[in-house]
Amino acid sequence: MIPELGHYALVLALGLALIQSVAPVVGARRNDATLMQLANSTAVVQFIFVAISFAALTACYVRSDFSVATVYENSHSMMPLIYKFTSVWGNHEGSMLLWVLILAVFGAAVAAFGVNLPATLKALVLAVQSWIASAFYLFILFTSNPFLRLANPPFEGRDLNPILQDPGLAIHPPLLYLGYVGFSIAFSFAIAALIEGRIDAAWARWVRPWTLAAWMFLTAGIAMGSYWAYYTLGWGGFWFWDPVENASLMPWLAGTALLHSAVVMEKRNALKIWTILLAILAFSLSLIGTFLVRSGVLTSVHAFATDPTRGVFILAILLLFIGGGLTLFAWRAPMLKQGGLFAPISREGALVLNNLFLTTACATVFVGTLYPLALEALTGAKISVGGPFFNLTFVPLFVPLMFAMPFGPLLAWKRGDILGVAQRLTLAFAAAVVAICVTFAAMGVKSALAPLGVGLAFFVMAGAVVDICERSGLFRVPFKAALRRGFGLPRSAFGTATAHFGLGVTLLGIVFATTWGSERIVSLKPAQTVSISGYDLTFDGLVPRDGPNFRELAAKFTVREGGVPIGIMQPSKRSFPTRSMTTTEAALMTRGPSQLYLSLGDAEGDGSIAIRLYYKPLVMLTWLGAVIMALGGALSLSDRRLRVGAPKPAAKPAMQPAE
Amino acid sequence: MRWLCLVAVLFTLVAPALAVEPDEMLKDPKLEARARDISRELRCMVCQNQSIDDSAAPLARDLRLLVRQRLEAGDTDRQVIDFLVARYGEFVLLKPRFEPQTFLLWGLPPAVLVCGAIGLFFWLRKQPPADAGSPLTEVEKARIATLVESPTDRTAH
Repeated sequence: MIPELGHYALVLALGLALIQSVAPVVGARRNDATLMQLANSTAVVQFIFVAISFAALTACYVRSDFSVATVYENSHSMMPLIYKFTSVWGNHEGSMLLWVLILAVFGAAVAAFGVNLPATLKALVLAVQSWIASAFYLFILFTSNPFLRLANPPFEGRDLNPILQDPGLAIHPPLLYLGYVGFSIAFSFAIAALIEGRIDAAWARWVRPWTLAAWMFLTAGIAMGSYWAYYTLGWGGFWFWDPVENASLMPWLAGTALLHSAVVMEKRNALKIWTILLAILAFSLSLIGTFLVRSGVLTSVHAFATDPTRGVFILAILLLFIGGGLTLFAWRAPMLKQGGLFAPISREGALVLNNLFLTTACATVFVGTLYPLALEALTGAKISVGGPFFNLTFVPLFVPLMFAMPFGPLLAWKRGDILGVAQRLTLAFAAAVVAICVTFAAMGVKSALAPLGVGLAFFVMAGAVVDICERSGLFRVPFKAALRRGFGLPRSAFGTATAHFGLGVTLLGIVFATTWGSERIVSLKPAQTVSISGYDLTFDGLVPRDGPNFRELAAKFTVREGGVPIGIMQPSKRSFPTRSMTTTEAALMTRGPSQLYLSLGDAEGDGSIAIRLYYKPLVMLTWLGAVIMALGGALSLSDRRLRVGAPKPAAKPAMQPAE
Repeated sequence: MRWLCLVAVLFTLVAPALAVEPDEMLKDPKLEARARDISRELRCMVCQNQSIDDSAAPLARDLRLLVRQRLEAGDTDRQVIDFLVARYGEFVLLKPRFEPQTFLLWGLPPAVLVCGAIGLFFWLRKQPPADAGSPLTEVEKARIATLVESPTDRTAH
């Protein structure tokens, strides 16, 4: 009964979405307030129905109802409760349901919180949201029904893939989807603006909080996924340039560009057309990411060709929305009026430069990810594009971008003084030079580029601090006055500085962990000791243990620093009988921002075991930086000016159409 | 999102053990370091986007051993890579070579940057300088006069 309820609720949501796709558009055309307001109710009720549907599927998993096909294939009655929850989205059908749930959440949020939006704009935005929602409801109902029943229910399920039975995976997909799907709002706003043919600075102010929220979640989601891959996959890397990772990086890059260009549009009424295009692109890349991951095209072009139902459906959605969006853009964008002139050296100019590098970086990831697929489909030739390609093309784009980063916020709008800014950045330059010298002195000249990377990281971090000092007038005006001014600064100023600082932190972590990490690959017998970077690990022996739905063989190691025991590390190998699969659980020991990383290999007959041991200096900064970036986003989001929407300057009534 | 590829490929094939195993490593640390560097550039063909240095698949192990054999036989890095490409095709390279079928791949990122920069340059030049602005034409003066008369219409710049 529960699965049928869930299925039915989803069909009802589709019905509502179809109504919401048409009624508000007609309402906006006829200026019929009733029809337009209908969208508010349908958006909220749609969310309720999708939530019911999702809750029903969750209930099936929690109750281990193996008469439902997806539950049978991805769950097990002995699995811990938390993984019963995460299995809901640990498979294709369930994750698509999560996708539409989040879409519905955003739709309802616009309906509920967009009280100060002009009526027609709001109606159109909600309609476009519903077009997307309808397409995905149809996709789920026709090709990926999560509520499909089995005629002869088996007694036990086939278990969730062991690699997914991990707390990190509990939050990674929802975060990522909040990011992906959040960009749909920016997309809907862009399409609505193009349909209306009217766009102004207030539009950017309405779009920015949604984009900012999506960007925050995506940042956190990518960092979470990276950390999960780091400790789960057992070889200590944190970014693999895997197509699935690239699929989430592309919307992030486009979204970051969009955030910055929306600032120009909001403050200076310039870059309108470009901002609209970025809004369309950011969500298009989210859709492409969904297609890449969901269609199976990545595993192999041939797998896609043999069972193309789902792939072709998503491809059709993709073409419809990306093609439609870009066509509408090509048709309507030239009618939008550009405004806000500026000199090349100005805050606007810096943000344009930021956009140039970010979009090029995005294009690089795009071409690197899709080129092998396209080449194989067109000529049959198989090539690989992996980490070494991206390191060579992507990294050189981020270096100038990060170098320019501290300059941007210090430049004046319209026309800036680059020499003056460079002077004000003296402290940041000094910090960078000191960092470079210290690193060279401490680490030697073996890898000459890495100390420069450290210098760049310090330049970015110090630049962010200088930005806040300059704004509050610290060191120029009396301390008390500076403090008062500092408190008076808009939160978004702190948000910018925090996010920029975070990127510097991430860079520092990446440079240190990849350059100065050490590695030991050895075979140890009990009571033998291996040393790495000042730590001694003694192998105490193997301990077999039983988990809820697995058996594991843990290896116990005592860690000593300078002869003093500081803890125990227990990496293990787990075997899951249901799927007859084994996973390797790495053991981590966090020492400040650095980590010891220990992963097990095969046990030999003579009682010895192969291990792979890493010391990863400052590796935690890589993710900590991302968390700081997301916090910066949150700070900026809490800015009063964004929270209350566009202010209502009495002098410009036409900017703020009545509802 | 990474999990999908893993589900599909990695863990249905093998139980993940270690990538590089202790018994594979060469005695000569210099040679071993070269082997590791080469391994990072080569793809484990049965895995998804993993280098043979990272992969625990049996094939990756065979390839790692092969790389080490060639190095011990006195091959240069280049010769080792050429040998593997001759045997397994371009697919084995994680960084594709610059040749006709990859011109677009390598060319596109710099092309986007250069074209973007050129486009920006001309777009900015087309803009009149932000501060000065040319003197007003007669038409503009007339327009200002009408605007001043109707203070409510202030949307136009």
